[in-house]
Amino acid sequence: MAETDPVVTLDRVTVAYGKSPALREVTASFAAGAVGLLGPNGAGKSTLIKSLLGFIVPERGHLRVLGLNVAESPLEIRARVGYMPESDAHIPGMNAVSFVAYCGELAGLPRVDAMQRAHEMLFYVGLGEARYRNVETYSTGMKQRIKLAQALVHDPDLLFLDEPTNGMDPRGRDEMLELVRDLAHNKGVNLILSSHLLPDVEYTCDHVVVMDKGAVATAGPIAALKQPRGRLYELRVKTPTGVLDPFVDRLRAAGLDCHSTDEDIMRVFVPGDGGARQLFALAAAERVQVRHLRPSVSTLEDVFAHAVGEK
Amino acid sequence: MPIHDQGYRRYGGGKAPRGYGWTVITRAGIRALAAKRAFLGLLLLSWFPFFVRAVQIYAAANLPQAAFLAPSADTFRQFLDQQEIFVFFVTVYVGAGLIANDRRANALQIYLSKPLTRAEYVFGKLAILMAFLLVVTWVPAILLLIVQIAFAGNFTFFQNNAYLFPAITLFSFLQVTMVATAMLALSSLSKSSRYVGILYAAVLFFTQAIYGVLLAVTRSTAFSWVSFPANLSQVGDAIFRLPLKYSTPWPVSLLMILGLITVSGLVLERRVRGVEVVV
Repeated sequence: MAETDPVVTLDRVTVAYGKSPALREVTASFAAGAVGLLGPNGAGKSTLIKSLLGFIVPERGHLRVLGLNVAESPLEIRARVGYMPESDAHIPGMNAVSFVAYCGELAGLPRVDAMQRAHEMLFYVGLGEARYRNVETYSTGMKQRIKLAQALVHDPDLLFLDEPTNGMDPRGRDEMLELVRDLAHNKGVNLILSSHLLPDVEYTCDHVVVMDKGAVATAGPIAALKQPRGRLYELRVKTPTGVLDPFVDRLRAAGLDCHSTDEDIMRVFVPGDGGARQLFALAAAERVQVRHLRPSVSTLEDVFAHAVGEK
Repeated sequence: MPIHDQGYRRYGGGKAPRGYGWTVITRAGIRALAAKRAFLGLLLLSWFPFFVRAVQIYAAANLPQAAFLAPSADTFRQFLDQQEIFVFFVTVYVGAGLIANDRRANALQIYLSKPLTRAEYVFGKLAILMAFLLVVTWVPAILLLIVQIAFAGNFTFFQNNAYLFPAITLFSFLQVTMVATAMLALSSLSKSSRYVGILYAAVLFFTQAIYGVLLAVTRSTAFSWVSFPANLSQVGDAIFRLPLKYSTPWPVSLLMILGLITVSGLVLERRVRGVEVVV
């Protein structure tokens, strides 16, 4: 496998839980290095990772990891990948160093090597001082770190990180992201980081695959996706008739992307450089009072809306 | 400047060939249980009947007044019968949490993300329970046979009862396999080891109670096949060439035991997965 080859490829992969589709004809490739798998809850990120690990058998399609077919060589793949699950997971009744060493042994490391690397990994993830404590007494942040340690102990070629910053306090989150970034950029570990947090992916990854409702919404280098395309506003208005629809239609006709939310607040995406001035001009033309106008930070939802709109 | 950088470094050593992952699970499980004093106490207690029988054999071999205590083939069958209570306690103590605790801690996805098949995981867990159950059944029974030869100072008894070694081995392994697979299957059904222990006891006593009711109503032992302890006893008597206690044919009892092992295997196949999908 050449270094430029994708580490993971999916070819029209379909996965369903009963009648509910989780992945729909997903075709994507993940480049070597750090790739973010971005999407809201239920987008299919975890399903995709579990399919790559062979936990879930797709109804249709082919998956390849590190050049190996998942259906044919699941054990060879698992020997070369590390998996940090999203949910709390540990082996009960073990202290941290025993747990990580045990995981190393399960991955095929000799006992002495597994123990040595367990100590190293625990120091690396910042649990050196707590390595003889029972894992069940760990805080949420510490549990996240030990999940990373067990995924790294056998020195995988590819790391699957499923929501690695879940439940962590801001400082712990920063440290975790620093570790992930270090692994990807300084230690040469290929990784796929699944997250619903855009900043986490932006900080640690070079490429991103955005998923929504079981499909790939967009994919590519993060730098390209971050190009400014307009501004987003939160908007509340009062219309002369009390009916919003004509004004919304007018905004859409002017090329603005408009989404109403629960509390009478619309989120309006103004493409280009028009900004608030264009909004006020349209409101004035419709004799609509602008009661509230606030620039909004672009959220993941906005990225999705945009990506889906572009398809 | 740090003397030794505690950072991440690539691993350059060798890795074990695949297929031995179950031994890692078994070794870790045995080590963890052997470190528990309460469990060691239970194991020690389970060997008490062995010492009593050993004294009995010694007395019969060395004291003419105690010749009536001389062992027969039935002695070994009775010994294994006596051990059933310890088999029950060891099964509940060791087996209830084997998979249930892993399910509670979401450990299955950790295990199965390693180069380990589901069969290896199950076999590794099964081997923990089977190892301890054999320590309670097969090991003392075989030792008792050796003690008999040693105290008698000749091989006459052994030669006259040459079938005893395979009989003890076959019965112990059948009993241990049935009990261990059933307990492991129950353990895979819940996240609470306490609940699994209660469930196991309930299944055992419930089948026995149903047989008791049928016996009272029909006044026939033909329905002993509904009780797993009765099935095991029936097959045990057949293996040891002793008169059968129940009128159920022993092959039927054996089929029931094999059926239970098969059903347990199917339950494990369904329940031991890296991801739990609720549709």
